[in-house]
Amino acid sequence: MTANRLETVEQAKANPEYRTALTELLYQLADDDLVLSFRGSEWLGLAPHVEEDVAFSSITQDTMGHAAAFYGLLEGLGEGKADDLAHLREANRLRNAILVERPNGTGHYLNNPRYDWGYTVVRQYVYEIFKQERLESLTRSSFAPLAQLARKMRPEQRYHLLHWQTWFSQLANSTEEARQRIMAGVERVWTDAGGLFDLGPYGQAIVNFGLIEDGALLAERWTEKVKRAFEANSVPWPGNPQQGQLNGRAGQHTDDLKSALAELAEVYRLAPAANW
Amino acid sequence: MTTVVGTIEGEVWKQLENVKDPEIPSISVVEMGMIHRVLVEESHVVIEFMPTFVGCPALKIIEQNIVDQLSALPGVTNVQVELVFEPAWTSERISETGREKLRQFGIAPPPGKPEDHWEIACPYCGSRDTTLDNLFGPAACRSIAYCRDCRNPFEALKPIY
Repeated sequence: MTANRLETVEQAKANPEYRTALTELLYQLADDDLVLSFRGSEWLGLAPHVEEDVAFSSITQDTMGHAAAFYGLLEGLGEGKADDLAHLREANRLRNAILVERPNGTGHYLNNPRYDWGYTVVRQYVYEIFKQERLESLTRSSFAPLAQLARKMRPEQRYHLLHWQTWFSQLANSTEEARQRIMAGVERVWTDAGGLFDLGPYGQAIVNFGLIEDGALLAERWTEKVKRAFEANSVPWPGNPQQGQLNGRAGQHTDDLKSALAELAEVYRLAPAANW
Repeated sequence: MTTVVGTIEGEVWKQLENVKDPEIPSISVVEMGMIHRVLVEESHVVIEFMPTFVGCPALKIIEQNIVDQLSALPGVTNVQVELVFEPAWTSERISETGREKLRQFGIAPPPGKPEDHWEIACPYCGSRDTTLDNLFGPAACRSIAYCRDCRNPFEALKPIY
């Protein structure tokens, strides 16, 4: 990345094209973490054992904190209050990849939840590998405050990754049923995972301004890591992941995201002026 | 003028010792190494504050506590807390006093240097015959461990480097 380094929010604001590309990217980062955290939070009380409830909740809380930090940068860029950005936007304004909005399974967490742990483990694991590559690239971002934030997030994110790596490897090497569930999870995750690497309608500008490296490059690094992990656990490589019909980075989403947002923001929307 | 500014700065550091981590109330933000710099310009005070974890839900509370604590100081009209990610907070920044206070609170401190092996000593009896039961604990920064000697469960701060 050879683009000029911008040290401050004011410098970014002074260049409207740069600012647009930067805000688009920040929405992708924030919305991915927010929506996946929401899905994680729905597992509370339903995870396989109490230690996992503690661990998954902690990861989810920390990841939601990462989303909050990205929304904080957006607030600084004049996009509105961070809390409003998380709670008040309609689904078509969100820029998360479709993979993170898929429900955990059938039912509702309060009503007959038939959640799929195999799917969840695979989704979390491949997302964390993706996030690691994305943060790594962001440490070299032309926007200095984002590069600094990414560097600070890395050591935290390593713990998240380690957790899902452990689950993936233990289930893949466990009973035949566990293995089958992991394979079924891989199959479902692969129908959407390609969408993670899309940088959306402003992708070219995002790359040209040196905000992050090209999505294809991230996909390449991700593939190398995931392939190695699959090989180490004798999980057959399913080929490159697909992107699916909808492009979340362009604001196209499933109805599942709409209901997730309604639930996530229910209390906030009752009284947006309340002080939390 | 310099003497006045110097006095306020010293007083600010003293007052910051009274701002505790809401989740570990025995240890101050200074002992945790969370204060990067104190900048004083006349009656305006800027605290450069380094979060231990980006996702720590206690950040807003600590920020507010800093503002409340310092606003009461004579000669201070305005307190601003700025989050600093670079240089980033690492476990190395926890002071020796801070480490001792963590132990007294029942939390094993993290290794003091990035190259140190993460060996968890029991904060109660000092034994190194411990197991890491859950990498994740009641807060993002903590893990749950168990001492096989004195048979106490305890928490350990995760190394952040």
